[in-house]
Amino acid sequence: MRKYIVKRLLWSILILFFVSFLIYLLMRSLPSSYVETVARERAAANPQVSYKQWLERLNELYGLNVNPLQGFFIWLSQALRGHFGDSWYYGVPVTQKFGSVIWYSFALGAAALIFQVALAIPLGIQSARKQYSTLDYATTVFALIGISLPGFFFITILKMVFAVNLGWFDLNGIVGRMHDTYSPFRQFLDICQHMVLPTLNLVIIGTGSLLRYTRTNMLEVLNSDYIRTARAEGLSERRVINHHAFRNTLIPLVTIIGGTLPGLFSGALITETLFKIPGIGYTSYEAMLAGDIPFTMFYLTFMAILTLLGTLISDVLYAVVDPRVRVS
Amino acid sequence: MKQDKKVKEEVSMAEDLNRPVTPSAETPESSSRRLDDEQRVKVVSPSMLVFRRFIRNRLAVTGLIFFIVMLLFSYLGGIFSPYSETQRFYKTTEMSEEFAGVTQSSTYRFITAQGQAFPTASQAKAQLAIKNGETTFTADNDTFTLDKISSEGYTISQMASVAKAETLGGSITVSSANSNELPEGLEEAFTQAVQDESESFTLGDTTYQVERDRKTYYAKTSLYIGVATMKLIDFDSADSQNSTDFTIAALQAEDTAMANGQTVTFQAEGQTYTLEYNQADDAALIYQAGQTSAYAIVSNYIVNSVQSDVHIGIDLRQQIVEAVQSGEDQLVYDNNEYDISRQNNRWTLTLQQDKTVFDAYAFPSRAHWLGTDGYGMDILTRLMYGGRVSIQISFMVVLISLILGITLGGLSGYFGGWVDFVIMRLVDIFYCLPTWPIMIIIGAVMDEMKVDSATRMNFLMLLLGVLGWSGVARMVRGQILGLRDQEFMIATEATGLTVGRRIFKHLVPNVIPQLIVMATMSMGDTILTESTLSFLGLGVKYPFASWGNIINAVSTQYVMTNYVFVWLPAGLCILITVLGFNFIGDGLRDAFDPKMKR
Repeated sequence: MRKYIVKRLLWSILILFFVSFLIYLLMRSLPSSYVETVARERAAANPQVSYKQWLERLNELYGLNVNPLQGFFIWLSQALRGHFGDSWYYGVPVTQKFGSVIWYSFALGAAALIFQVALAIPLGIQSARKQYSTLDYATTVFALIGISLPGFFFITILKMVFAVNLGWFDLNGIVGRMHDTYSPFRQFLDICQHMVLPTLNLVIIGTGSLLRYTRTNMLEVLNSDYIRTARAEGLSERRVINHHAFRNTLIPLVTIIGGTLPGLFSGALITETLFKIPGIGYTSYEAMLAGDIPFTMFYLTFMAILTLLGTLISDVLYAVVDPRVRVS
Repeated sequence: MKQDKKVKEEVSMAEDLNRPVTPSAETPESSSRRLDDEQRVKVVSPSMLVFRRFIRNRLAVTGLIFFIVMLLFSYLGGIFSPYSETQRFYKTTEMSEEFAGVTQSSTYRFITAQGQAFPTASQAKAQLAIKNGETTFTADNDTFTLDKISSEGYTISQMASVAKAETLGGSITVSSANSNELPEGLEEAFTQAVQDESESFTLGDTTYQVERDRKTYYAKTSLYIGVATMKLIDFDSADSQNSTDFTIAALQAEDTAMANGQTVTFQAEGQTYTLEYNQADDAALIYQAGQTSAYAIVSNYIVNSVQSDVHIGIDLRQQIVEAVQSGEDQLVYDNNEYDISRQNNRWTLTLQQDKTVFDAYAFPSRAHWLGTDGYGMDILTRLMYGGRVSIQISFMVVLISLILGITLGGLSGYFGGWVDFVIMRLVDIFYCLPTWPIMIIIGAVMDEMKVDSATRMNFLMLLLGVLGWSGVARMVRGQILGLRDQEFMIATEATGLTVGRRIFKHLVPNVIPQLIVMATMSMGDTILTESTLSFLGLGVKYPFASWGNIINAVSTQYVMTNYVFVWLPAGLCILITVLGFNFIGDGLRDAFDPKMKR
């Protein structure tokens, strides 16, 4: 088991190396608009130094004057020591900015995941138990609508209904106007209130696939021989479902939910941006539009790590949860 | 899941056994057939079987209807729509615009002769002197003389030295007293005058006075500075320049005309003019000889155009003066309506004008069933063309990722070994590349580089396709790994088929059911991706329509709350189409894989 994990980890590191190299190449081949803008501004403010000279200085400062291969290894050696440089757009060290915004994303993601699981698993199991019933059709339609809903459209509807017409929530932002005057507990509630609509959006849009997955797995389990045996033994339907079927359904569910855990840190790019939640998604969206290479490099690498971690966790969990896999 | 054809046939036989067997008329011995006789069973082709199962699924049929409706809407709609994709509509709105300001002249204005200066401070002094009825005034150590030329006109002149002569032991040197050049013959005349010690001399029409200051003599003359007048002379064309000579002549002519009530002819600068005084509006028109249209107007009113580039012609000017004088509050001229409003001594003319503007955010009407968007384009038509763009893009993207995925996945699964290893690591790498951020970055860069919309769209397709093939490759490889050791593959090897044929003719067709399901589902996904990018302004751009960029309008809160008809239909179009794809995909999966049924 340990050998397997170590081997997978080593492979992941190699893949990460290539992925970050590709990302670095992409970033370097883009016209570095940010540097040019800054150079132009500074040349305008200080006419003694020409635009070209500023550009050269900045390129040197940001390590853009060496060839991409060299540049990548310089970046890598810095990154391995945890130095991701200063964000051009935000003007603070990348890791500092990351540290200050990541918990908003995590809170949003965690809240959404909890509701998704709480909604998807019972509904999925029920609809598998009563296949082709009204409930089954209803959940299927609900799940597929959730999957098919364009996030930005649903967010607009939510804003329209709950923020504009009913006035229950603010249109966007993470805190209200009076936030600073509140007591710490009120401040916390204020933030929670601003999280409601984004969470609702993520739950509606994200529940569908988990629900469908639960249903499919439950159907597979219910069709299997050991369930028929359990029924043949005369066990009560409750015991068959809750004890025998449910536990077996949990195997793939645990692996897939485990695999999404790293994703809690990746932030919901569209949702955060449209609700202006200052999480990692919104922060990096702004950075990407501004051509902030250090921040974007960090964010993309971070995303790649999360993806690799996700697959690794779900594979390992699969082996942990299912004894049959462990044997082979 | 092994989707071998044989398996399906067995299933179809099993299903059809349930039906009551009707003995056919042509075969009389049919009753004697054994139960497992092949003739008894109506063999249905596998695809027919899938089709039947699909048709029985209500959701799948709904999805198919959604899809067909949207397809017809997008492709036929564009043909039937009376408007084109980028046709913009206009509307006329009445806009009132300040056109001119009119004030009655209450101070004198000064027209200076060529080459002369008359600074503001001196103008104020002159103003005061005229008001007090004085004939001379001093400003800036210079003495000026005022001569009345007409009822409200004066000429201003100044005694100034023109030349000075210095006598040094009998010889006389004449030089200019100011920076101007000396008039011709002055030097001789002045020298003569100094020698004669006369007090004045005449040269041409001008009389010079000689003043002595010790050894220096100054030749002084009355220098003509300019004209001060209460009346205003405005010319028909913006290029005409006022000159002092013309002003004097015109003012004197007007006086005569005012007194006699007749037309007066006068000469100025070698031209003959006729002046016509109109008592009703207390203004006079000046005609150039031989011309029928007025050359200039003399009036008591200052008419200033508000826009710097508009010159008000004589006709309109006369009309305005007339209207203002008779206290009217409206003026119609050249089909334009002007409203006149008065504020103390100032009249303001506002022009009521019909302006053509884009018919933006028009509410749904008979002409535009769903209204118009921010650019003044018909939303229904944009939705139709947007549907084409969205469906085409997602089709191309899925096609690209299928081609890449099937080829690489097929090779990987068939060969195994190091080929498999390399390709699978490539898949891992592509799987790790974060699609969203990359699309956003490249979109932003294309914005920066001002890539044109068509290139942009092609690039978008290519990129999404290339970023999306890893899932297909994984699936194809997984399926092929299980199939390649089966008997039918050994048979292909024995018949000596080429590797390419073996992979793409015999292995890949077995994966087609899963591929179809996958392709349908990812068509929906791609529409979502594309529309989200277009919504963010990083995907399909104007002039091309896309459901996403139609909803883009909600980025301003005002549009979101007040013009729901702009974004709601586009969102519903996306939802229905994607839902259609997902319903179809779901139904197909069930139809291909009957194990899921109980």
